[in-house]
Amino acid sequence: MLNYIWALMILIGVVYAAVTGNMEAVTDAALGSAGEAVSLCITMAGVMGLWMGLMRIAEKSGLIAGLASGIQPFLSFMFPRIPKKHESRKYIATNFIANILGLGWACTPAGLKAMEELAKLEEERGNPAYAKDGKEGLRGRAASNEMCTFLILNTSSLQLIPVNMIVYRTQYGSANPAAVIAPAILATLFSTIIAIVYCKIKDRK
Amino acid sequence: MAGFLANFSNVIIPVIIFYIVAYGLINKVQVYEEFIGGAKEGLKTVVGILPTLIGLMVGVGVLRASGFMGFLGGLLGNLTEKVGIPADIVPLTLVKMFSSSAATGLVLDIFKTHGTDSYIGMLTSILMSCTETIFYTMSVYFLAAKVTKTRYTLSGALISMLAGLLASVVLAGMVV
Repeated sequence: MLNYIWALMILIGVVYAAVTGNMEAVTDAALGSAGEAVSLCITMAGVMGLWMGLMRIAEKSGLIAGLASGIQPFLSFMFPRIPKKHESRKYIATNFIANILGLGWACTPAGLKAMEELAKLEEERGNPAYAKDGKEGLRGRAASNEMCTFLILNTSSLQLIPVNMIVYRTQYGSANPAAVIAPAILATLFSTIIAIVYCKIKDRK
Repeated sequence: MAGFLANFSNVIIPVIIFYIVAYGLINKVQVYEEFIGGAKEGLKTVVGILPTLIGLMVGVGVLRASGFMGFLGGLLGNLTEKVGIPADIVPLTLVKMFSSSAATGLVLDIFKTHGTDSYIGMLTSILMSCTETIFYTMSVYFLAAKVTKTRYTLSGALISMLAGLLASVVLAGMVV
């Protein structure tokens, strides 16, 4: 995907510049942007180091695990038909918490495990498309309601503290880089609530 | 309301730091050692994304310097500015659905042109904080479960993204 987006940016940029006579500006931009990427990373290194250091403490002290068990009632509400002891609940909880805390590296592995476990749940339910008889590819697997809910919540963004945004704002001279936090939390809550309502309506059918 | 939002934004980070460190101490974690270990991982992450950033910032820089971005923005802006969405936000929202890092390139470009604390700067900041890479996440996650029919996932994701865009426009108007 990114392969084409990136190539198109470069190709269109150069051709358009050639047509409109902006080649000199493009030369400056190419060299300048590369340098800028490096100085941005230097700013970002400090904040990322701080944040990941704190998250490591939160992980080792059991804070993250505690949060994951704290959201079990929410999971029961969103996924009423997943059995209480099912493995998928653990991964869904970890994925949500990692999302909320902005731990990108922890979200994806837990999310992928959750999807695999949800596929197993379909197999246990006797859904023929998920049966392990070597023909599963031919039938065309449809997502289960749980998978839809899980993914819609994931794509609705759950992250509370937009660490990256704060860094970028710092780098580009914001008078108050953290000013984004409160509105970001409200906007995230709003989009997530809309997502929850939509999932509940669709799940009922 | 705007005053409360600003206060909350300023207080939340120290509160989180205090809570995490205190909770770690109470649970007998070697907080300093663990912090250093985590910070090391954080630095590795940053070094890991540097090549991506160089690539994408050059891409966006070239596209903008060529004048193409202004041309595209002019076309789209006439339509969206009537509802309070500046022209630059449209390509940003579309790109964000596919790639977070490509969107970052556009974000930084907006910050450079309009400043971070302008209406559009704040709108961009909020919007990027409340949206996700819909298509990327869907393709990776569904691949893990070998699912080909995604049913109502995409419609739900798009509705939630629109809700985020709407909330961002309203909130940015309130705080700036």
